[in-house]
Amino acid sequence: MIEYVELTYWQVALAALLIVINGTISVVLHLRMEKPLLIASARTISQLLLVGLVLEWVFRWERWYVVIGLGVVMTLIAGATAASGTERRYPGIWINTIVSVWASAWIVTSFALFAILQDIQWYQPQYAIPLLGMVLGNALNGISVGLNTFTESLVTRREQIESLLALGANRWEAAHGAIRHAVRTGMLPTINSMMIVGIVSLPGMMTGQLISGMPPIQAVKYQIVIMFLITSATALGTVSVVLLTFFRLFTNQHQYRREVFL
Amino acid sequence: MLEAVGIERKAGNRWLLENISLSIHAGQRLALIGPSGSGKTLLLRALAMLDTIDAGEIRWRGNIVPANDVPGFRAQVMLLPQRPALPETTVEEILRQPFSLRVHRGKRFHRQRIIALLDSLGRSDAFLAKHQHDLSGGEAQLTTLLRAIQLDPVILLLDEPTATLDSEATGMVESLVAAWLERQPNEHRATVWVTHDHEQIGRVSSAVFRVRDGMISLEKLEKT
Repeated sequence: MIEYVELTYWQVALAALLIVINGTISVVLHLRMEKPLLIASARTISQLLLVGLVLEWVFRWERWYVVIGLGVVMTLIAGATAASGTERRYPGIWINTIVSVWASAWIVTSFALFAILQDIQWYQPQYAIPLLGMVLGNALNGISVGLNTFTESLVTRREQIESLLALGANRWEAAHGAIRHAVRTGMLPTINSMMIVGIVSLPGMMTGQLISGMPPIQAVKYQIVIMFLITSATALGTVSVVLLTFFRLFTNQHQYRREVFL
Repeated sequence: MLEAVGIERKAGNRWLLENISLSIHAGQRLALIGPSGSGKTLLLRALAMLDTIDAGEIRWRGNIVPANDVPGFRAQVMLLPQRPALPETTVEEILRQPFSLRVHRGKRFHRQRIIALLDSLGRSDAFLAKHQHDLSGGEAQLTTLLRAIQLDPVILLLDEPTATLDSEATGMVESLVAAWLERQPNEHRATVWVTHDHEQIGRVSSAVFRVRDGMISLEKLEKT
């Protein structure tokens, strides 16, 4: 049986006291951080409470269509967020990020729910929602960074790319350097986090499971699975968004359509 | 050899290229003149099929080029862009790089040929060891030109290659192009040269076309 200390709102308020102390320091030293600190804290409280209410409801219902519905909303928000952080935009960028987030996160999460955690109902919200959430969050980062890097280097390396095309390079040969650079940059944070996981810090999910009373080896197994899910979703999503962008910007006549950028 | 038939390109309501037809025959040396922004560069890019066009067609040896063959077409109709963009490595590496492209497989880098060309310009093979960072504007343009002509294209489209060069470097570029034109007298090659320099027009062209507001007209036809 898993045991943990149930938190009351009073205990949460005690934690908030720490933020109040930070705010006071900011006011005394004129750091001007009190306002952002206040806004961020208020958002943390309201957003998490709201999610808590939604999850309470979803967990109680435990219907496949409710879980799918929530998953779709999470996916759409993640896809839109990935596109909104990009400086160089082109028509269709939203579709590309949403498709990439959707495909990568859902393929990987489905694999986890159906193939790895076989003994559960696949739509059991206790597994489906947190898994999808973690995978989405990380895939979103890879997609956003990969997309940003790719479009940026297409703009800055424009003359090199066009020189290559003029010499007879096909579109793949001309863009290959930029594609590789973008995918590597998008993947780098995930690879780095796999390198240092457990040494520098304990991952949030594992910490949560340890607090809720799970035996450490079990928590570690979960964490390893999660790391692999996250990495493969990030790779899939990053490659997908970079390739979709590539096909949007290079025609089958091996032309680089720089005018597509808005 | 190369024909543009009624090519058109628009940006919104503005014509960039308006119903341009032009044929380039073997042995021809054409000059394109006209004010900045008139469409000379866009026309060259359209001829090399580097830009999509809204109407009209490009024909190579009488045929429309299928999408798959566009890289092969560009290996024969080669455009030298206005600003050379060279990778950050030595001149020799820069010259070797195109041979890794699929369309140039089967060709080989001929170091001796490059050295002979450099020799004709009064340059030693030490130039090959120079790094891209250390090249002057003229040397960068020479490298770009060497990289192109060693691939034996049939038509060279030159977009103001000497606009920023001094007269000595300009002379080198012109003599390299001339040497390339003469190298294969039985398979006639051709050039299209965008330039502002009136003396250069006389040296590098046998016919002059003027581009204005995206339209083209024959300015002067001299005997070759």
